[in-house]
Amino acid sequence: MDFQVVILAGGFSSNLVPLVSKEVPKALLPVANRPVLSYVLDLLESNNLKDLIVVVEGEDAALKVGGWISSACVDRLHVEVAAVAENVGTAGALRAIAHHLTANDILIVSGDIVSDIPPGAVAATHRRHDAAVTVMLCAQPVSGPSESGGSGGKDKTKKPACEDIVGLDSWKQFLLYIAKGTEIKKDTRVNKSILCAAGKMELRSDLMDSHIYAFKRSVLQEVLDQKPAFRSLKQDVLPYLVRTQLRSDVSSDQNNVEENGNGKNNMQNNEVVLSQVLSNASLPSFHQVYESGLDSRKTHKCCVYIADESKYFVRLNSIQAFMDVNRDVIGDANHLSGYSFSAHHNIVHPSAELGSKTTVGPHCMLGEGSQVGDKCSVKRSVIGRHCRIGSNVKIVNSVVMDHATIGDGCSIQGSVICSNAQLQERVTLRDCQVEAGYIVCAGGEHKGETFARK
Amino acid sequence: MDTRRGALAVPKVRRVGFFTPTEPPPESSQRPNRSQSGPVEATTSSSPLSDSPSGNLISPVLIPPSRHHSDNLTSHAAAPVPVPGPAAFRRYLAHDRSLHVGSYNAPDSLLGTSPPSSNGEFSEDSVSLFGFQRSDSTKLSASFPNGGFDLTLAVRAPQESETIIETASASEGKKKIAEVSGKSESVTTKPQKEKEPKSLKDKTTKAERRAIQEAQRAAKAAAKGEGKRHADESVEANPGKAAKKPQPKKERPPISSSVSEKTAVAVEKEKRMDVPQTQMQYDDKSRVDKAKRRAVVEQTETKNKVELFLHLPQYERGSQLPNLSSNFFTLDTIHHAVYKVGLQHLAGDISGDNARCIAMLQAFEEAIKDYTTPPMKDLTMDLTTKINGYVSFLIECRPLSMSMGNAIRFLKNQIRKLPVNLSEPEAKASLCSDIGRFIDEKIILSDKVIVQHAVSKIRDGEVLLTYGFSCVVEMILLYAHEIGKKFRVVIVDARPNLEGKKLLRRLVSRGLDCTYTHINAISYIMREATRVFLGASSIFSNGTLYSKVGTACVAMVANAFSVPVIVCCEAYKFHERVLLDSICSNELGDPDAVANIPSFSTKAKQSKMMDNNKNLQFLNLMYDSTPSEYISMIVSDYGMIPPTSIPVIVREYRRENLLL
Repeated sequence: MDFQVVILAGGFSSNLVPLVSKEVPKALLPVANRPVLSYVLDLLESNNLKDLIVVVEGEDAALKVGGWISSACVDRLHVEVAAVAENVGTAGALRAIAHHLTANDILIVSGDIVSDIPPGAVAATHRRHDAAVTVMLCAQPVSGPSESGGSGGKDKTKKPACEDIVGLDSWKQFLLYIAKGTEIKKDTRVNKSILCAAGKMELRSDLMDSHIYAFKRSVLQEVLDQKPAFRSLKQDVLPYLVRTQLRSDVSSDQNNVEENGNGKNNMQNNEVVLSQVLSNASLPSFHQVYESGLDSRKTHKCCVYIADESKYFVRLNSIQAFMDVNRDVIGDANHLSGYSFSAHHNIVHPSAELGSKTTVGPHCMLGEGSQVGDKCSVKRSVIGRHCRIGSNVKIVNSVVMDHATIGDGCSIQGSVICSNAQLQERVTLRDCQVEAGYIVCAGGEHKGETFARK
Repeated sequence: MDTRRGALAVPKVRRVGFFTPTEPPPESSQRPNRSQSGPVEATTSSSPLSDSPSGNLISPVLIPPSRHHSDNLTSHAAAPVPVPGPAAFRRYLAHDRSLHVGSYNAPDSLLGTSPPSSNGEFSEDSVSLFGFQRSDSTKLSASFPNGGFDLTLAVRAPQESETIIETASASEGKKKIAEVSGKSESVTTKPQKEKEPKSLKDKTTKAERRAIQEAQRAAKAAAKGEGKRHADESVEANPGKAAKKPQPKKERPPISSSVSEKTAVAVEKEKRMDVPQTQMQYDDKSRVDKAKRRAVVEQTETKNKVELFLHLPQYERGSQLPNLSSNFFTLDTIHHAVYKVGLQHLAGDISGDNARCIAMLQAFEEAIKDYTTPPMKDLTMDLTTKINGYVSFLIECRPLSMSMGNAIRFLKNQIRKLPVNLSEPEAKASLCSDIGRFIDEKIILSDKVIVQHAVSKIRDGEVLLTYGFSCVVEMILLYAHEIGKKFRVVIVDARPNLEGKKLLRRLVSRGLDCTYTHINAISYIMREATRVFLGASSIFSNGTLYSKVGTACVAMVANAFSVPVIVCCEAYKFHERVLLDSICSNELGDPDAVANIPSFSTKAKQSKMMDNNKNLQFLNLMYDSTPSEYISMIVSDYGMIPPTSIPVIVREYRRENLLL
């Protein structure tokens, strides 16, 4: 279908700091004991997209991601891993790999997405409108621990009320305005010419940019070349394209017409008539109306695809999101996990050892080779591989990564224990994050803390 | 509906046996001039053209019908064949059948004209042939209770029929209509088509064997008597079909060699391939299920359908687009250009026949450019199957228009006619240039010619009324304005598409004086109009105009007000089918579009509630048919012609230009 897929897998996100480390780049963060990148790859693979470019920030991270990809899906997918310098931003990353891009249209997917929205829909919308850029918008996910029992967690790690503010035309096809909700303090500027041309604009705050974009390659490359200062796709490139959609500097498909014009004069004349017939037949978008009003103006279209609300979509871009994703993947959205659930709605690996009187509740996952002592209770949690958990331990709403050790009598709620971390006896954690390899001393009672080596 | 479909079943058969020169007996007997014309023609066999005006309604065609003997496949088989049989008939007719004179004249005239030299030789050969036919027909009539004769014709006749038609180029128009109708209606009735040809095949071979036997021993008179009786029986048996069913067996061209038989079958096959858009009857459960399994687009049919239109496809609008678009990457078989066009059709981004056709052809062109023949496969075969896949995909997105069907037929013909020794790049280049040529000549240039013609009909001070949006009408209006004619335009529009708005916007921006109104005001506004210009989706060979719904209303009102109705239609939209009503062949649009009025969002909720009402069905028809009586003139690329001339153009120019 002449689409190239670029996965922006990022590097070490500062938002996720105690969780990611030199050893674990963001793309490899485990979600239900699988790297988050695997969800994206699965999604793309299920859509028959097998030629992928994965862009990773930093050489080390690239090596790690590349190593994982080659071990996990070398036989199924054809993946190129490209390393770019750190902190160049998404736009910078694309600039760096621009020479790899050859197809007419580029599908850019963020590497931290856990979703079941078919990316084909974006591509189809993009093609249908012949747009310069198409953005997928989706409903804002419900954030925070959804269960009522999650005391305290809610008010603390609540997300900003609105992530993005988007302006749509009356048919919800075109993007007229986009801004980050956090940037808008009191008032904002809306481009008047766009508003006049479109006639009507619907401003919505319940939609969120999903970081799945389809770009026309020529447009993207031109913008990246022209504006070396642009660092981020979302914050620079996209708003720029939306802002300038009625006074386009980018030649979206003009070269196409010029090519055609090379023929005989008569032919060219026919071409003009032809394109006229075609454009007359379709209902003119406001772009065309505007264009016809002012002859010299060129426009490009910024389209949106609004995902169905029933689809699942979360970006793993914060610790809270990490918790949410883990909870959902083994809970509500368990079709994403790729595991088959037992009758108790949980997954206990056959090699895991459970002590006597230990209960593993529904929506739990117990990885391979983990040992759980006696009289433990595990609820709505993910426990990684080869963890050793002592007796009388309570784990609720938490994520315990591989090779963690938890001493007897611990109580863990709403926390993340990274791999190789160690909790000594009788530690009580609530809404804490424990860095990989960190040792929490015995008997402590902590709430909302982050344990990391300085 | 059932009876209707039953009746339709017959024409399918007739279509193959296409050469109807024999026409329905009742009709012929009603028309005395026909019986006169026959003998005259028989004698003046040298000039086929001369008799055409005398015998029928068709007014002289503007274009001299060029003779065309091009069909290389059939010519050798056909030339010797038709002569003796009919000649024999004539003789018999002459002395013992006065009743059906009219019906026999037709073949006479045709055959008499074609190769004049052969007139004299009817001998034992003809006799034997005759016997054969008799026996054959009787046998078949027994096995096929209705339409057995036609069936037998169906297998053998095609090639001869073609040649007959071509050689006697300007024979009676009425006749032509009849035969064309037979052929075209056959297109609509697919269900029976599938199995019949096959059964026919062995039937005929058997029949042939037997015929040869019988030819030697059977007495002519006896044979004829029998045949006649059978014919009468069959006519009586299904009176509904009597009108449609002639007694054509008599002139069934005798087939003496198995070679010709084979070619006949081949031609028959080709013909079937020719017809891409045989319509499916969507009330036929099993077929629909079968089609669904093959379908690319997942579609759910709407629940609340209008009973009269059950045979047309109607799907839930909401689900198609997301479904299709989410499969964007998984549909490997569909080329992305075709996919895009399909999406645009489905979403209604492209409307208008010309635009849809152009978009489709361009997509095909792109697909052909990207095409590479897989190893061990033949380009012709493989590309044809590919195109077929694309076409069925497009049909799933939206039913094809007649013009698109014609274009597809053209393309397939081009593929089929590719020389075998052509290399792949050459073949592709040739196909692409063919497509380009089709677009240029059949659409763009036609439009220009039409504009030139039509502008001559616009005088200063006129008020031109147009309905909806037609790109060629727009071109006419703009051009007329450009060359300084002073006129006013009335644009009549209708919900739910309000296509006229597009036209209005562009005309006003170019400085034309416009009036915009909706169709419910048509009888008021028609008083002002001096001319009505209409676009067309298709024009059928009985002169019926098939166009956006509402056109018929406008045409009839115009007729009532004695305002001339001028239809602008490119010749590639002509179709040999005959359409009598707009029920059999139509398209259903989105029913919600009728119910919902965008400006009343509160009402939308109400109508949603009404949606679930079992007692309420929404019907959004897309097309209607305007009988030819209401059309004063058709402006096509062949000039300004009356609607009665359509069959002539279809017949004369189809093979030559379109299917070249």
